[in-house]
Amino acid sequence: MSKLKVNNLSCQKGYNLLFENLSFEINSGEALRVSGPNGSGKTSLLRIIAGLSSFETGQIDYDSYKLNSEKYKLDFLYLGHLASLSPELTCIENLKYSSLLEGESIEIDYSLALQHVGLENYENDLVGTLSAGQKKRIALSLLFISQSKVWLLDEPFSALDSNAIRIIEKRIDEHCNNGGICIFTTHQECNIKNLKEISL
Amino acid sequence: MALRNPSSFLNPLMFFVISISLFPIAISPNAETLSTLAPGIIWVITMLSVLLSLNTLFHYDFDNGVLEQMIMSHHSLSLILLAKTLAHWILSGLPIIILSPFLGMALFLDSQSINILIVTLIIATPCLSLIGSIGASLVVGIKNSGMLLSLLILPLYIPILIFSTSAVSHAQSNLAIDGQLYFLGFILIMSLIIAPFLSALSLKISLD
Repeated sequence: MSKLKVNNLSCQKGYNLLFENLSFEINSGEALRVSGPNGSGKTSLLRIIAGLSSFETGQIDYDSYKLNSEKYKLDFLYLGHLASLSPELTCIENLKYSSLLEGESIEIDYSLALQHVGLENYENDLVGTLSAGQKKRIALSLLFISQSKVWLLDEPFSALDSNAIRIIEKRIDEHCNNGGICIFTTHQECNIKNLKEISL
Repeated sequence: MALRNPSSFLNPLMFFVISISLFPIAISPNAETLSTLAPGIIWVITMLSVLLSLNTLFHYDFDNGVLEQMIMSHHSLSLILLAKTLAHWILSGLPIIILSPFLGMALFLDSQSINILIVTLIIATPCLSLIGSIGASLVVGIKNSGMLLSLLILPLYIPILIFSTSAVSHAQSNLAIDGQLYFLGFILIMSLIIAPFLSALSLKISLD
């Protein structure tokens, strides 16, 4: 059973202290919703846990892995508020590229992942020609491929319609039922089981 | 990807061809004058056109959030960046090497000097991409960073410019060029070893 433990974490951007002495613990099978007003440090918290940003004080423990080690990175999936898609590549090519970077096997049914998010007819369309909501769906279709144990999702529901939000909520539930961990930020109400909340 | 957005690599290449083609018109069509100036002209324009293409090396991936995924990847960031730099060289350095014999002829370079010009370009254009990747990763989050990138990178390009133009000029005078080529080879090996690590490090700092 995996456990992510954040202890006395403090983060400062420039002269702005975003949060200090933040501590929480999350076990496999649980989801954590991070809420708070704009600029309170929700994205910074996810980026710190992902190993993308530095922090002032505190400690992050995930099992016995060191932050930013190869095994740590292999267990983590971070989807930022940018869709992380290249507009010159097709939907399938983007998924292949992302899953290769994630370290997933290339023997994956990418079409099925797109089918899950309702974009089965857009496999060979260039991402640059799609709408913001469709791009978000493609980015989130990675959730149907990823083998990572900990998902860090920054505003996963933004730009999505209610149908897509339900699909993603269901996927997060499935992931947690399979022993995964999900930490996400959102301003919206959501319907996810085993949900913990922290407010910044 | 570049083929679907050809302007990203065609613009610097067009700049290279057009700039060099203008020199015979602007200076003199005299063969002796042009052949004396040719090594310097070709190498300065090569450096500037590589510099032009460096802006796009990480810029789009930063804007799209793909760079974050690269840093999060369990694969070595240095190796990913080395692969990206190699792709950059294939699109910026390699076409210049292929076009340089024709532009050398247009500037009345003799065949032996053209051969040496090609050798210097083969050794040194990868250095331009590798050293350039360090600068590009440092300025990746800064808007309109072209001037800053030039200020950072051009001083590091100067030794390459000196040894490359000196090799071609010496070849024109039938002098030995071993020393210059050894130095360029040394710069290439050092860039290959150091640049991917420095680029990875500066990219992490830029995205922090």
